[in-house]
Formats: sequence, structure tokens, C-alpha cells
Amino acid sequence: MAYSSKVVDHYENPRNVGSLDKNDPSVGTGMVGAPECGDVMKLQIRVNPETQVIEDAKFKTFGCGSAIASSSLATEWLKGKTVDQALDIKNTDIVNELALPPVKIHCSVLAEDAIKAAIGDYKKKTGAEEATPSSVTA
Amino acid sequence: MKLPIYLDNHATTPLDPRVLDAMLPYFKESFGNAASRNHAFGWVAEEAVEKSRKQIADLIGASPKEIIFTSGATESNNLAIKGVVEMYAERGNHIITAATEHKAVLDTCKRLEKEGVRITYLPLKGDGLVDLDMLREAITDQTILVSLMYANNETGVIQPIAEIGKICKEKGILFHTDAVQAVGKIPVNVIQDNIDLLSLSGHKIYGPKGIGALYVRRRNPRVQLTAQIDGGGHERGMRSGTLNVPGIVGLGEACAIAKAEMEEETARLLALRERLKSKLEGALEETYINGSMEHRLPGNLNMSFAYVEGESLLMGINDVAVSSGSACTSATLEPSYVLKALGLGDDLAHTSIRFGIGRFNTQEEIDYTADKVISVVNKLRELSPLWEMFKDGVDLSKVQWTAH
Repeated sequence: MAYSSKVVDHYENPRNVGSLDKNDPSVGTGMVGAPECGDVMKLQIRVNPETQVIEDAKFKTFGCGSAIASSSLATEWLKGKTVDQALDIKNTDIVNELALPPVKIHCSVLAEDAIKAAIGDYKKKTGAEEATPSSVTA
Repeated sequence: MKLPIYLDNHATTPLDPRVLDAMLPYFKESFGNAASRNHAFGWVAEEAVEKSRKQIADLIGASPKEIIFTSGATESNNLAIKGVVEMYAERGNHIITAATEHKAVLDTCKRLEKEGVRITYLPLKGDGLVDLDMLREAITDQTILVSLMYANNETGVIQPIAEIGKICKEKGILFHTDAVQAVGKIPVNVIQDNIDLLSLSGHKIYGPKGIGALYVRRRNPRVQLTAQIDGGGHERGMRSGTLNVPGIVGLGEACAIAKAEMEEETARLLALRERLKSKLEGALEETYINGSMEHRLPGNLNMSFAYVEGESLLMGINDVAVSSGSACTSATLEPSYVLKALGLGDDLAHTSIRFGIGRFNTQEEIDYTADKVISVVNKLRELSPLWEMFKDGVDLSKVQWTAH
């Protein structure tokens, strides 16, 4: 199976790899997936509490090239968006942008889940909302 | 050094140029049908077929008359198992095999199961070896066949075939072995090992694709099979169809070369395998060998690189052709059933790579591969949240994951 050039580009040059301090109140952390399933994504956002704008986003992913590309792309899209705008990112947008084949659609679903989990964690910290059930507690 | 590098010699092997040279005349002037008994074209073809039969027999300690040509090992396995079940139906209806067999054996058994045959799938020990006590316990008075592979295609683990053959002989049960990965790589002897039926394939031993053989024992005991393909009664009535003469010549030549060079080649492959293994283990922590290191084909290394998913590793080393047990490389999204049968967790199965070193690999290629794997594993671990957690001392087995 050949990879799309965009998947290869994100795999070769992943954007925004790293970690933010998960104890920082302005940081939301989402970790989704499981090692047994072959993919785990950790996605973090730093939100400006005044403007609700996502000023930084970082990821780390254990998974195939498409999973790495999906989470790398997600961090690119998150930066500069408000938390509410970020919730509008759909897995199908990722599928289209990266030209993922049907067998890799679950990678995009995981990335959407990671976004929602990170935002849920942030909102929980700021008391805005209960934690989403998909966030992982280590 | 030419890229890409081929290190997937369990999947298939390149044709040895000497084999090709032996085959070529049988595509051209010597095109006769080996079954044509009344003219020189047929005689030339028949002579070539009989020479090949002897070359194959010599490699496995058989007599030429015991070699039946097929289209490949999948057909050989089908013919051996289905042929025995039909021929010996009055004797019983139970087969013993193992969970790590090739699909050509497992799927054949599954079909027979639907038709009422009872199949026992033996579990394997953690090192990939069959537990001989479990084999003995599984045998009943209804057991007609034991089918266990000689060496595994993923882990390279070699089964105690002589012991298995002895047990079957004592119990009067036929013993079939899928020896596709073993023949031509390690010494195989059907007499010493008490093997009654043995499948082998051309393209795994630097011969052509589309040709294989089944060894069918002729005495002590004389094994009979019900043919699965009806027609002109070729191959002692066991496998009809005009013989693939160029393929047969190629298979014979491949066997002759394997026999002549086995000792030297084994030493060379072992040295390359150990070089690759020690380079990888020297530079990377958290690597795991899958299956017994002691009972293993010389050219095989199956290794898990913890916290790095297999497909992403393959993507990073895309100028080196290897295989992974990761689910992402299969159509089913299930990780390797062979590694799971060894008790390997799905998490480690997803991180496994199979290196298959062969006749034409060089030390330069091994060094290039080792360096490439080391650099890509390090890069992907920097990207891996699991690696980060492991380094932070988090016990990953205690984490509540969100399965999907």
C-alpha cells in the first residue's frame, strides 16, 4: 500500500512533537487508544484563559504512519483556533486532507477523539465541564 | 550496494542464476511433454523430470519414486491432509496440528472441521516449541494424522521433528510436516525423522515460483492418498496434470545447490544474523527476541522493538524489505497469530519485525539495515507517548486505556 505524499511528509517531518506540563491549569491533555490496538495518541493544548484561543499544541503518537500524520495534522489545525472552533474539527476533514484509505480511517477517528479528550480535560480543569469519558488517567 | 535491500527471504527468495540457466532450455528447444512416451521430445522432458526427482530425494533422504510434483506447498499441504483424511476415513477422523501452522494447513483443517473431522490445535510453549507431552496426550484411537511444521515462517523456530516422528511411529499415526522453510536450509532426513509426508516449495530455496513437491512415503508404511485433482493419472495417480518441466528442473537444481552449499551457507547466514542481532541489541534497549534462539533457522531474526509500532518502523526503513507482525500491515487489523500463540501480548506483537536473511545478502547490507533500524527506532521512540511513560517509570500494564 502506498502512502499519500502528505502522510509521508508528516511522518518524515512531524509538526509539534513534544509534551506540555500536564499539571499546568491552562494545559489540556488527551490520551486515547491502547497499546494492544497498535495505536496510542497523546495530544495536548495550551489555552489562553482570556481569549480561549489555543496558543500551543503538542503530540506524541505510537502508531502507524497514518496515525502519526493524523495527530501531527491535528496539532497544526488546533493552533490559533478557539476551543469551541476546535471542537468542529471532524475526522472526515483529516481523511480528506491526508487522503487516507478506508483501512486507515480509524486513525482519523482517534485524532478527533484526542482533540475532544484534550479539550474536555482543559474544560474540566477550568471547571467548565465534566471530563469526557475518553480521557486516560495514567 | 544496491537499494532497496531484500531481507524478506521467508516470504520468497530470488531465483539463483544457476537455477535459471538450468531451466532455460526447457522453455525453448526442450519443450516436450514428459508424458509423451513415443518420441524424443517426450523422452528428453521425462529424463529432466527424473533427474530433478532424484535431486529433491537426495536432499531429504528419500527415494525418487516418493516425490510427487505439485504447484507449490499450499497444494502439497492440501493434498497431504485432505488426501489422508479421505483415504483413511475408516481408521479415524481426528487430526492434530498446531496454532502456529501456515494458513495452508490451518485453513485446510478448518474446512475439514466443517465436514465433521475433529481437529486438535496444540498450543505452543513460550519459545515456540511443541510440548511433546501435550502431543502424546492429544492422541486418541481416532487420530489418523499429525501435521506439524518443520520450521516456522515468522519466528524461524525449528520443531523437535525427530521426536514428533518417533511418537507418531510408535502410535501408528501418519506424520505430515510442512517443511517449506526448513528444506534446503537445515539437514532434513525423512528416514531419521520418521516423516511420512513432507511439503516443500521451489521459491523458498532460490528456485522458481509455481512449483513444489510432496514427499509420500512408499514403504514402512506405504502411504496412500486420495487424489484431489482428477485427470490423466500423472504422478502415481496422486496428482494429475501435465508436468511443469522447466519449474521441475529449477526445483531440482535449487535442491542440488542447497545440498552442496548448505554447510558453508549456514555458517555465513549465522554470522550475518548474529551481527545484525548484536548491533541492534547493542544500540537499543527494550528489544525482545520472539521464539527460541537455540532452535531457529540460521537466517531468521524476529525482534520486537517495544513502544514503536511495526508499520511506522517499516515506513521509516522503506529501502529495506522486511515484514512486521503488526496489525496495521495485515488486512484484518489483527496482529500476528503466530506471535500471539507464543503468549506474546498484542502490544509487543504490534512492534515486531521479521528479518529474513538469505543467500544473496551481504555484510554491507546488514550493517546498513542495522544503522537504519537503530536511527528510525530512536526517532519513533521520541515520538512515542508509551516510550515517554516508560521512561517516567509509569507501569503501562496498570494504565486504564481506551480500547477502540
